[in-house]
Amino acid sequence: MTVLQKKPDNPIAHLTATDIEQIGIELDDIRQSVIDTRGESDANYIRTVINAQRKLELGSRAVLLASFFPPAWILGTAGLAVAKIIENMEIGHNVLHGQWDWMRDPKIHSTTWEWDHASPAEQWKHAHNELHHTYTNVVGKDNDLGYGIMRVDEDQRWVPLYLAQPLWNFLNACVFEYGIAAYDLELGRNLRSKKRRQSPEFKARAKQVLHKIRKQMTKDYLIHPALSGPSFLSTLGANATANLIRNLWSHSVIMCGHFPEGVETFERRSIEGETRGEWYLRQMLGSANISGSKAMHFMTGNLSHQIEHHLFPDLPSNRYAEIAPQVRALFDRYGLTYTTGSLPRQVASAWKKVIRLSLPNDFGRKRRAEVRPMPASHPTPAAAAA
Amino acid sequence: MSLATKVSQTRAVTSLAGTTRTRTTLRHRLVRLAERATTPLLPADYLDLFDPLRPGADLRGRIVAVQPETTDAATIVIRPGADWAGHVPGQYVRIGVDVNGIRQWRAYSLTHGPRRDGRISVTVKAVPDGLVSTHLVRRARVGTLIHLEQAAGDFVLPTEGGRFLFVTAGSGITPVIGMLRNLFPVTDSGVVRLARSTRYDIVVVHVAPREPDSIFAAHLRELDAVGAIRLVAHFTDEHGSFDVDALGQLVPDLTERQTLACGPAGLLDDLQTHHGQRGLDLQTEQFRAARVAIGDGGAITFAGSGAKVSADGGTPILDAAEEAGVLMPSGCRMGICFGCVLPLRSGSVRDLRNGAITTATPGETAGRGVLVQTCISAAAGPCELDH
Repeated sequence: MTVLQKKPDNPIAHLTATDIEQIGIELDDIRQSVIDTRGESDANYIRTVINAQRKLELGSRAVLLASFFPPAWILGTAGLAVAKIIENMEIGHNVLHGQWDWMRDPKIHSTTWEWDHASPAEQWKHAHNELHHTYTNVVGKDNDLGYGIMRVDEDQRWVPLYLAQPLWNFLNACVFEYGIAAYDLELGRNLRSKKRRQSPEFKARAKQVLHKIRKQMTKDYLIHPALSGPSFLSTLGANATANLIRNLWSHSVIMCGHFPEGVETFERRSIEGETRGEWYLRQMLGSANISGSKAMHFMTGNLSHQIEHHLFPDLPSNRYAEIAPQVRALFDRYGLTYTTGSLPRQVASAWKKVIRLSLPNDFGRKRRAEVRPMPASHPTPAAAAA
Repeated sequence: MSLATKVSQTRAVTSLAGTTRTRTTLRHRLVRLAERATTPLLPADYLDLFDPLRPGADLRGRIVAVQPETTDAATIVIRPGADWAGHVPGQYVRIGVDVNGIRQWRAYSLTHGPRRDGRISVTVKAVPDGLVSTHLVRRARVGTLIHLEQAAGDFVLPTEGGRFLFVTAGSGITPVIGMLRNLFPVTDSGVVRLARSTRYDIVVVHVAPREPDSIFAAHLRELDAVGAIRLVAHFTDEHGSFDVDALGQLVPDLTERQTLACGPAGLLDDLQTHHGQRGLDLQTEQFRAARVAIGDGGAITFAGSGAKVSADGGTPILDAAEEAGVLMPSGCRMGICFGCVLPLRSGSVRDLRNGAITTATPGETAGRGVLVQTCISAAAGPCELDH
């Protein structure tokens, strides 16, 4: 991908300003149709999911009390991994987006929710809801583009360090929740200068993160293993495995949201004075979906409907599937590409990009130029044929 | 389960230390251990899955019966959670019920004295634009979990007895019926006159549009028939509109009685004037706050700082407040990040994206108010934010 405005064949060149505003109006109508019908069945949905998730977690942890027995280890670990994935994705991410705030239930509210994750909800909400969702795919403004450690766009300057980025990406996937915590802390930027390192604000936030991490680790690697007595080590292993599975899964899903081929990025300049319609358009072109079964959509926290989520981050996640066909029809009507593909395809596409961009942009071309003889001293193929 | 809640819980436990120090320390340790095992949630979040009415849980109740009273009124019988502290007849309870998936809070009088089975009841009349009352009367289902607060209110009878006049209109009878049932329970063999009831001499002036739709009319007639109370029933379809100046004729010993009144604001205002002029005592009870008029723009008051900002109907509260120098939380400024939400204590705001109105009525919200996004909400009439 490359910044949209510099592309030779700009995919939005055919749209007039009126078209773009019309897209905005039509999307507002889709949003309103969900708000008008939002109600009891949606509330029942999220309560059922939360209830089931908590019971699954309790059940899995109970099974792990006997984790020295291999079938119990496998069953408990699998259950806990699934429970942890649901907790972070379909519940945590979406509650923290304020998708359920309309219920006015203080127990399921973006201002009170805390999740099973290394990054404290407060800090994650700022980095994710405020920065990433507002400045989606704007190079230099949206740190989700490569999380500040990777090059995922031709327009990000290449430095030799990026050669190792496939490795970074894999390591980041393994410890993804800590990567996100570091990212929400803007660790890279904040550790660079002494002034930033020692600012009381940074220190307070870092302390908050360390406190959260300590609590999370005490739970998974001390309390629950200790409760299982003789199964201490096997329960510890089970919890670590469940956390690893969740990290790998959520990393894969999230990579599919903005990294696959076909997703556009934008120049910093381009968002100055952006209208509502233009903002919508940026979300449409800057996100990619994952196609698949209902179960897959659920396990991704409906982030498989990334396009719909980015257009309407505050609509309840259980409604994205229902509006997806309307959104897709709108893309078709305005001649825009709705980027979507199966999970393996999108994960492969994202990884391909991570590997390709670990090399400089002109890497392949340079090599070709070296082998190709100078046109001045040799006849062109056409001339040779003549 | 905010961290704040958790901290305060821990502190509450700590402060228990004293007489049974070792027991408390052990308990405290167990609580801490349980918290460490359930973080970032609280042990209560898991216990609630299995027993939401247990001791120590947030106060809730389960609807165990919905009994129709008239065509548009019903009595909701509730089994309250273990921590229900009981009530005095005449008091009300605030109930949080989900209507269309949205938590709404309303206050209703308890219509039974303390019952032997520990259950409580409220009697609700469905009013035409009443979101919650209509829901409770028409759609409440047995088994539904609702949210409760402890009983409150000082609209109660003095225990030493005396001579009383109740003036009630419409569903204003509900706190009074609670008191009467407590003094004169009705069993299969009729009205029972308990020893404690002999200290009370009660006249009830009850005003209602028409007898068939009047809640508890039959009950009042029965109490009147056995001489437990004297009932003056005034049905406006039969007797014309009610005039408080007629009270002196309807109740000749008015001046010797203490008056307790419950009904719509108009009636209570008239009574206030009537009794004021005669130097008589009056105790009143009214639930329904006056409806807020929805306007376009208005004065925004910030309860914390006391700042007052006036804004037009097209300016987001966030912008208007910052313009006036109020320090506000903010985020994306386009309604997506929820970084700017503040509790609306009273008044109405309009969502600038779709015109939707959100209204907060004191007493009808949970906690500090209805949380609104200030970056896309404009004042729709005077409003007050808790900030």
